[in-house]
Amino acid sequence: MALAALALSAAPVAPVSDAAVAGSAFPATLAEFGFFADAAAQRPAPGVVPYRLNTPLWSDGADKLRFLYLPPGTAAKANGEGLLELPVGAALIKTFAFPENGKLRLIETRLLLHRAEGWVALPYRWNAEQTEARLALAGGRLPLTTPQGEKISYAIPNKNQCKECHGMGDAVIPIGPKARNLAPDWLAAQAKAGRLDRAPVVAQRLPLWEDRAGAAVEPVARGYLDVNCGHCHYSQGSASNSGLDLRWEQADPARLGILKRPVAAGRGAGPHEFSIVPGEPDRSILTYRMASTEGGVAMPELGKATVDRDGLAAVRAWIAGMKR
Amino acid sequence: MKFLPVSLLAMLAVTSAHARTIEVAAGPDAQARLQEALIVAQPGDVVAIGPGRFVLTDGLSLAVANVVVRGAGMDATVLDFTGQLGAGEGLLVTGDDVTLRDFAVENTKGDAIKSKGADRIVYHRVRAEWTGGPKETNGAYGIYPVESTGVLIDGVIAKGASDAGIYVGQSKDITVRNSIADGNVAGIEIENSRNAIVRGNFVTRNTGGILVFDLPNLPVMGGGDVLVEDNLVVANDTPNFAPKGNIVASVRRGTGVMVMANDGVTLRGNTIDGNPTSGVMVVTYPRPFEDKTYNPAPRRVVVAENRFGRNGYDPQIDGGAALVQAFGGELPPVLWDGLGVPGETLSAAAGTRAWSLNLPAQAADPALAKPAPVTLPPPVSQPREAIATGAPASLDTRLAR
Repeated sequence: MALAALALSAAPVAPVSDAAVAGSAFPATLAEFGFFADAAAQRPAPGVVPYRLNTPLWSDGADKLRFLYLPPGTAAKANGEGLLELPVGAALIKTFAFPENGKLRLIETRLLLHRAEGWVALPYRWNAEQTEARLALAGGRLPLTTPQGEKISYAIPNKNQCKECHGMGDAVIPIGPKARNLAPDWLAAQAKAGRLDRAPVVAQRLPLWEDRAGAAVEPVARGYLDVNCGHCHYSQGSASNSGLDLRWEQADPARLGILKRPVAAGRGAGPHEFSIVPGEPDRSILTYRMASTEGGVAMPELGKATVDRDGLAAVRAWIAGMKR
Repeated sequence: MKFLPVSLLAMLAVTSAHARTIEVAAGPDAQARLQEALIVAQPGDVVAIGPGRFVLTDGLSLAVANVVVRGAGMDATVLDFTGQLGAGEGLLVTGDDVTLRDFAVENTKGDAIKSKGADRIVYHRVRAEWTGGPKETNGAYGIYPVESTGVLIDGVIAKGASDAGIYVGQSKDITVRNSIADGNVAGIEIENSRNAIVRGNFVTRNTGGILVFDLPNLPVMGGGDVLVEDNLVVANDTPNFAPKGNIVASVRRGTGVMVMANDGVTLRGNTIDGNPTSGVMVVTYPRPFEDKTYNPAPRRVVVAENRFGRNGYDPQIDGGAALVQAFGGELPPVLWDGLGVPGETLSAAAGTRAWSLNLPAQAADPALAKPAPVTLPPPVSQPREAIATGAPASLDTRLAR
């Protein structure tokens, strides 16, 4: 056994399988892609580059490990402050993990694969032994304790639910890697390495979430809403029929929800009449739904079993500071 | 006639060459097996859900076009979401040309069945129900197609929704027929939608029976061309149990048919009886608004020949008891807020009794009402096709499959 392990670690790392990424099959295991030199340790293979977002999407306090794969000889294209344009054959890899007994327990790895027919989203679920992640088309649930100490039933999304957040009209698109939400150093390094056509100019970046205490209230809240809500709540998202648009670039107060009445919120509106009542976070539907964990009321609908107290505080502070 | 069987055979051959039937039986792991079937289905396939109770914890979804999801009957195949933990609805459909038939969805935390941007969808003999009766904690919508072109809802049952039992929003080319809406806040609601036929439905024990609304600040504006025909709208008398913030929370207990804003709505051949606030209500949007694209006034509303029984005998209106007494025991069956021009805003068949609140302006304080009988001019008779054509006739062929 020891010899075999030695032999394995000494062997050259196999490259990422471009056939697995860009083909039409749904590989049964994560290992078939070859994204990791050591998957259990989340050590990426050559060509797979880690990145972070300034303001991340919150998922019950999960740690997220993000990676970008570009096929050899290809490069991403900058698209102003927005989403990087990634070539066919590219993959975005995101592992969700929770601390457990002083270690990180890997729960699932979600893949976005850029194939000729468009982006394909696939969820892979890690086994209890942490040796293998298998395709979980139908998603699944497992009991977990969050870093905040809350016991939850954690939901791994099914393949269709991936589309609920990643959908733009009928297409699937990445959400995270927008230039305004990426580190300038990372962008510059990618450009220098020839993996990005140029480092894009960004007028205003989303604040670094961990530094929000020192940042202005509005960009912190607007950044949070953009990342956590804006992929559904805009004209081409899953929640387009709500008429609410929570993207960073939306400037119309009514579209942002200020004194906007609900459309089809049903009981999600609770006793409240407007998405946002300036100066009144306790009377705003937005904060009412963020503060709920009850099905039919809680927002976001997916990927949330507990309340993000920090995110809620940021949005409450923004609403509280608005002129009545 | 000679050619019909041949073409039918050809059609069948084409269909069977591609179509598969994916069977899903009740039992352990129903959640994963059912969801997986809905994911791996290809266009042309049938997902056949067997009889029994499927205990589910998470919303299901179907994103593939041209799939039939078929149960063994709306009482035999039950998707039970009583223990639902996540996701907003029981079943979400986003593929076009989907047929949903012969199953039930019970006790979802949010909406029961939602189809969004799903064109040419058919709902046939499905049941959406909250089995504990009317409760504020029930999900919002039972049958909920939105942002779709071509919607056929036939023979469904919707019960207990805390908003609308059957709600068609921001869509066009719609038919809702032969269905039952019972014990919802709104029985059937057509909102910000164009070209809709609501025909032959049984609408009872809701707070409001049939609502035709146009609201501001929605992505799709300008609802109209709606025919409400041959419905049985009786005994809609359930106290409003919608959460306060919602627009339907303002619907008065005991409203038969309510038209708010909207353009070109014809009511005819309906039996409207036992609705204690009003048989028919035609009003302007009553709240302040800033959306410049929005017209808050109803236009071209026609109350043609309908059978009115006893309505308006216990209205949920300030000073209602005195009004009932003044009108001799029951209010006239048609209530108008008085905003607009008789004939242009609203006309009614000869002999249809009506009264007006004579409100002075849009969003005026209801205390300013000066109720009085009103005589409405008779409408110009129109052929059915000129009012609305509803769902494309081609959708009917899927009812037999």
